Amino acid sequence: MTFVTKPRVHHPRLPVNEIGLTRRDYEGSVSTLCAGCGHDSVSAAIVQACANLSIPPHQFAKLSGIGCSSKTPSYFLNKSHGFNSVHGRMPSVATGANLANRELYCIGVSGDGDSASIGLGQFAHIVRRRINMLYVVDNNGTYGLTKGQFSATNDKGSTSKRGVPNLYDPIDLVSMALQLGASFVARSFSGDKKQLVPLIQAGLKHKGMAFIDVISPCVAFNNHNGSTKSYEYVRGHTQPVVGADYIPESEEITADYAPGTTEDVKMPDGSMLRLHKIDDDYDPHDRVKALNYVQSRQAQGEVVTGLLYMEEDPMDCHDILRTVEKPLNALQDDVLCPGGDALAGINESYR
Amino acid sequence: MKPTNIFDPNYFHKVVDCQWACPAHTPVPEYIRLIAQERYTEAYMLNWDSNVFPGVLGRTCDRPCEPACRRVRTEENPVAICRLKRVAADNKGDIAAYLPKVPAQKNGRKIALIGGGPASLAVARDLLPLGYEIDLFDKDPAGGGMMRSQIPAFRLPEEVLDEEVNLILDMGVNAHFNHEVTSMKEMLDKNYDAYFVGTGAPKGRDLELPGRAEVGPHIHIGIEWLASVAFGHIDSIEGKVIVMGGGNTAMDCCRTALRLGAESVSVVVRSAFDVMKASDWEKEDAMNEGIPIINNHPPKAYVHENGKLKGVLFDKVEAIKGDDGRYTYEPTGEEVFMECDHVLMAIGQDNHCPWIERDVGIEFDKWDCPVLDEETLQSDNPKVFFGGDSAFGPENIIWASAHAHKAAISIHLFCQGKDLKADRPPEGVNLLSTKMGVHEWAYDSNHDPSARHLVPHADPAKALSDVKLEVELGFDRALGAKEAQRCLNCDVQTVFSEKLCIECDACVDICPMDCISFTENAEEDVLRNLLTAPASNKEQDLYVSEDLKTGRVMVKDEDVCLHCGLCAERCPTNAWDMQRSVVHVPQLGSYSAG
Ligand SMILES: Cc1cc2nc3c(=O)[nH]c(=O)nc-3n(C[C@H](O)[C@H](O)[C@H](O)COP(=O)(O)OP(=O)(O)OC[C@H]3O[C@@H](n4cnc5c(N)ncnc54)[C@H](O)[C@@H]3O)c2cc1C
Ligand SMILES: Cc1ncc(C[n+]2csc(CCOP(=O)(O)OP(=O)(O)O)c2C)c(N)n1
Ligand code: SF4
Ligand code: SF4
Ligand code: SF4
Ligand SMILES: [Mg+2]
Repeated sequence: MTFVTKPRVHHPRLPVNEIGLTRRDYEGSVSTLCAGCGHDSVSAAIVQACANLSIPPHQFAKLSGIGCSSKTPSYFLNKSHGFNSVHGRMPSVATGANLANRELYCIGVSGDGDSASIGLGQFAHIVRRRINMLYVVDNNGTYGLTKGQFSATNDKGSTSKRGVPNLYDPIDLVSMALQLGASFVARSFSGDKKQLVPLIQAGLKHKGMAFIDVISPCVAFNNHNGSTKSYEYVRGHTQPVVGADYIPESEEITADYAPGTTEDVKMPDGSMLRLHKIDDDYDPHDRVKALNYVQSRQAQGEVVTGLLYMEEDPMDCHDILRTVEKPLNALQDDVLCPGGDALAGINESYR
Repeated sequence: MKPTNIFDPNYFHKVVDCQWACPAHTPVPEYIRLIAQERYTEAYMLNWDSNVFPGVLGRTCDRPCEPACRRVRTEENPVAICRLKRVAADNKGDIAAYLPKVPAQKNGRKIALIGGGPASLAVARDLLPLGYEIDLFDKDPAGGGMMRSQIPAFRLPEEVLDEEVNLILDMGVNAHFNHEVTSMKEMLDKNYDAYFVGTGAPKGRDLELPGRAEVGPHIHIGIEWLASVAFGHIDSIEGKVIVMGGGNTAMDCCRTALRLGAESVSVVVRSAFDVMKASDWEKEDAMNEGIPIINNHPPKAYVHENGKLKGVLFDKVEAIKGDDGRYTYEPTGEEVFMECDHVLMAIGQDNHCPWIERDVGIEFDKWDCPVLDEETLQSDNPKVFFGGDSAFGPENIIWASAHAHKAAISIHLFCQGKDLKADRPPEGVNLLSTKMGVHEWAYDSNHDPSARHLVPHADPAKALSDVKLEVELGFDRALGAKEAQRCLNCDVQTVFSEKLCIECDACVDICPMDCISFTENAEEDVLRNLLTAPASNKEQDLYVSEDLKTGRVMVKDEDVCLHCGLCAERCPTNAWDMQRSVVHVPQLGSYSAG
């Protein structure tokens, strides 16, 4: 917790985005998390990514559950919509928000406790329903807010601060997301903004469920020797497979890369995602292979990061439900509720 | 880049932009904090220690510190450093207890000071507490040099000057006023242990134009005229007045003429407005009093009728700004005649020491300045030292104080038979943590976004009718306290310990000014562009750490750091600490309570 308010003054040559705002215009209140918490870096990455995209802050809705991670929406995008729900229930609220206004950019921020323990059912179903949103899990392998109990993503054998080992196998949210139909799946590290910021940009621009598992160390309860989610351990064990650069439509594409290692993917709004494959054999468009790859590397103690899977022409929930283009909350009452006669007509059609 | 050596006394000194820019290296942020704590006496003494004339300088200093102030880079307007100095002077209490004791038992060495301006007085102040006997000679009737003879009383009241001059004279100077020194040889024959020449740059320039001889009595050399006003020999000027020149002397001349009853006053300058030598605030003050400044008009001839001045004929030129920012002037062919009854000539001053014989071992260069060792201020005659305007040409009071400290050290070493360079006391730096608790610092780290506060002025009508009425009223305590909050405490340094850093990015994320980066190391030019915000101001240093665990380095661009301490507050391991740097600038004795 910091008592001094962060000065509004900023670097005199801070870049201004296409709508005349600086990164600082996308910030929130000063964080009340522990100094050094990885979650603050994730928030900073979200701030940077949103500024890079030149989206007006009021076009975002930020949603969360309970936990240190779920507190973070207070620390970015001050001028956007937000809802802090109950523990593990962010997906229900996000679903509602997205159904009501499909034009909003929804950012859900959750924790490994919030999504892999109490909220696992909600997580599974929102992924399966392909809600168009960016779903970020700040994964620290612990219940930070309640002072450091093992969470369901903690590795078996990893020890608590007092040296007690964890007895259970972990839930891997990346593998689950792949299995359950997410059309964009990535993993990153809070300490690697070069990788994380473009992934967030791509995830926000992706139409459909974009899931990013961000390993985000808890300095207070899970940053000791024996933890597999500490700054030091993660730095020594991550293995990037596919890097992604986000290239806005306005920017000319100049750089040349050796063929075979890069691939340009068009985003719905005309912008481009340039993928850099570190391993030539890896195919980020093959769900089954991706799942195999992630799990086999995991078995060897490696944590693969980067853009792991991306469906090229995805369907989101609105496509599946065939809802109208216009956001439901913008429809007039008479359109939304066509009246008794229309209802009678529908009922009649079932007789 | 190599890791930064923060124990090099210059490294953090440079970060304190104002102190670094001040010729006497006044510890500005420290005195500003003392003002914020209403400890005016201590703030005054801290100033007195390094610049000797805080009351005078708080009104008249050329303030090289202000354009250097960090706030110019973070938001445009510097802290009103100079006017805060005046707050300390105006509100100080009894300083007697803080003054250095002058021993009754002298050390047996006698020093002659020639000239009684700020340079000589400051040398006296530094040497008296060490037991030196000081004889001071000045041709004027009172001490202070140009502070008295040139700076008009409406900028510097006599009482303020008297107080600070007398403070030094009363420490036991044997002052000989109305005593012009006419021969250096004679002085040397008196066998003083050392001599300090502080006779200033006393010769005002004249301009030979057609008609000059005929109109003699209507043309006045600006500094001579100002001196006559200061000493009461002139108390009025009639008719229309033209002031020629674009420096501070011109501004003092025109404002004085206006107060002495001139029917109209204009300043005519041969060059463009933005290259005029006068400080911005002096130009503003003159213009606010309704005095027109007419630029790009080089003078051509005096126009007269039978020796009675009618006016001056000027050429009109066009100023063309080149790509390098310099002006060239193209003739327009147009001539402009301006009517006037008097001309005040304020086109510069020169060094002039006809009384120093050229065979006493002191070399002079082609500008009539003595040849000196810049570090020791010693001339080719080892017993003779120079300082102030007499050393390198006209400067200002703060440079005179700075020279005096250097010369006093040299004289002291010389009298002890020591080497003036090898035995000179070195500079040093101390670092003291300001941490008092998790979020508590021994300084007010909160950033105050207020704009620079304006100094209240006297009622214009009254000011223009009284040549002695001070125009600027100064900040009162309340305004002073507000302005003091604007200081960023640039002497409270961000000190980094690589061993403690876990590279969590907390400092990078919180820093409001994007000062901090973790990156692979590179040569300086490359590294400057690898940072969170490219470090394009090359005058400001990069603080580079040793290699960290990941092989990267921490790089902090000092340029626009607010010294807000947020990096240290957000660091989970205390790898950042906010430490006050105290720079030790060598000076004889140190009296202050700061
Ligand atoms: C019009 C004007 C306005 C100025 N305004 C400012 C200002 O606002 N702020 C600022 O910082 N600076 C200002 N200056 C500059 C400043 O006054 C000088 O830089 C400063 O006074 C130099 O100090 P000094 O001790 O070297 O010499 P001086 O102040 O010039 O003192 C030299 C003394 O030596 C005496 N002397 C000279 N020759 C002899 C001799 N042969 N025998 C005996 N005595 C002799 C003179 O009478 C004089 O008293 C101004 C200058 C002028 C001309
Ligand atoms: C219904 C309910 N059950 C339990 C809790 C207690 N609780 C608060 S936060 C939390 C775990 C949060 O862990 P995680 O989502 O990983 O967040 P972190 O603090 O680690 O970022 C728990 C169990 C609660 N607030 N509500
Ligand atoms: S307890 Fe852990 S997760 Fe929570 S704020 Fe502190 S470091 Fe972050
Ligand atoms: S902000 Fe204060 S310490 Fe920093 S340069 Fe300005 S006056 Fe000096
Ligand atoms: S003190 Fe620290 S946080 Fe504040 S501006 Fe300077 S580097 Fe940034
Ligand atoms: Mg957690």
